[in-house]
Amino acid sequence: MNRRDVLKACLAAPFQSAAFQSKSKVVIARDPLLRGPGHSINQPHLLLMLDRALQSFYDRDSAIEAWKRVVKPGEVVGLKVNCLAGRGNSTSVPLVEAICERLQQAGIPRNNIVIWDRLNQDLESAGFRVTERPDRIRYIGNDASGYENELSVYGSAGSLMSKSLTRVCDAVINLPVLKDHGIAGVTLALKSMFGAIHNPNKYHVNVGDPYVADVYMLPPIRQKVRLHICGAITAQYEGGPSYMPQWSWPYNGLIVARDPAALDYTGWQIIEQKRSEKGMKALKDLRREPAYIATAADAQHRLGTNDPRQIERVEV
Amino acid sequence: MRRRYLAAALIAICAVSCGSRPGPDLLFPKTGEVPGWSQKGVPRTFEAVVLWRYIDGDAERYVQAGVVRTFTTDYRHTDQFEAVADIHVMRNAAGARKILESESAEGSQPLSLGDAGRHYGASLIFRRGRYFVRLVAYQEAPQMPQDLEDLGRAIEARLR
Repeated sequence: MNRRDVLKACLAAPFQSAAFQSKSKVVIARDPLLRGPGHSINQPHLLLMLDRALQSFYDRDSAIEAWKRVVKPGEVVGLKVNCLAGRGNSTSVPLVEAICERLQQAGIPRNNIVIWDRLNQDLESAGFRVTERPDRIRYIGNDASGYENELSVYGSAGSLMSKSLTRVCDAVINLPVLKDHGIAGVTLALKSMFGAIHNPNKYHVNVGDPYVADVYMLPPIRQKVRLHICGAITAQYEGGPSYMPQWSWPYNGLIVARDPAALDYTGWQIIEQKRSEKGMKALKDLRREPAYIATAADAQHRLGTNDPRQIERVEV
Repeated sequence: MRRRYLAAALIAICAVSCGSRPGPDLLFPKTGEVPGWSQKGVPRTFEAVVLWRYIDGDAERYVQAGVVRTFTTDYRHTDQFEAVADIHVMRNAAGARKILESESAEGSQPLSLGDAGRHYGASLIFRRGRYFVRLVAYQEAPQMPQDLEDLGRAIEARLR
């Protein structure tokens, strides 16, 4: 190594370090023993998998220490679940119970935890029991909590926001599921926030692009969503967003990220791989490639990255 | 007087049209009508304009094919599994055919039910006239494919 090489290495080091630090971390935790007899979820295994994912994501020795990086005592924490597909492939009840357990251990009392989605009926269909008792964990649909009267606007999106998001919660943990979407290609972290607005049915044209990214730019979403934990316990590679058991498979995993674009890109690749294994066409060939992920990562939105070279994928 | 005749005529027309429109109570088999199956809860109805509240993201496909309304209800089988039944009432038979043909046949077997059908094991679909029907089971059970088919045949008989 000559003097020029040493100089080059010295100059390059800080940039390499900065580049490494700027990578978006996506942790995939899986457990082949997650399901017990009858395909029921083994709760202790699920809790351990959740701990592994959070500890890896935040690089902490204890799960509670990791959760303390997400929330602070005194905050009201919302868990945005995705219940559109009913019991078949919605955010799983055992996963929500595991997160609630860890949140309480991290200093969030149960009356400061709110589980919410579009409709009370959706929550009930997915197996949650709707309750607004102030001394308990609350489960409430936007139809019950209501929407703001003034539109929030960004780009192509103009929507009324759920009051659960705007007025009740200080922080939100987004809990989407890993699945195909018949119009938008896939529905993961970004698109799951359609459940925070009053008019998601208006935003499915042009494969959801740029609407999905624009909706996520609405200030209450951008400011309050702290973490995404994608429930990939059962995943679906075709026929979504409704539950189609014939095109679902037990992925037995969780995908954790703060960057919704990086999570969506990673989840999209998992779905494409499964489609390929099953001999099905790529989403691009079906004209439903989820272009909104790239839009979310563009210079106008800056919601994260869809560049695999900038995604640090960690499997635990 | 003329107004009263007009009002009476309108009520009569409405009554006739409502009576000729079979609702979910007529189309879904009741508890005990199909061995092993019991209906859970109250059937729900979604008109085309609000179908997205039930199947947001999928509703557009049905609307483009001419859905008029959708009925849905839950069932439980004594073999310890649950299922949901959806009946989509389309404007015409072509709409029901369009929906069936828009779905992948991957992993299915042809099902001799109605005008055309497919059995995927844990779910089945068929069309009859302007009706498109989907049954989806949420759990697995040894006899579940046959149980689903039995329920499907009972629904199909009510669509005639």
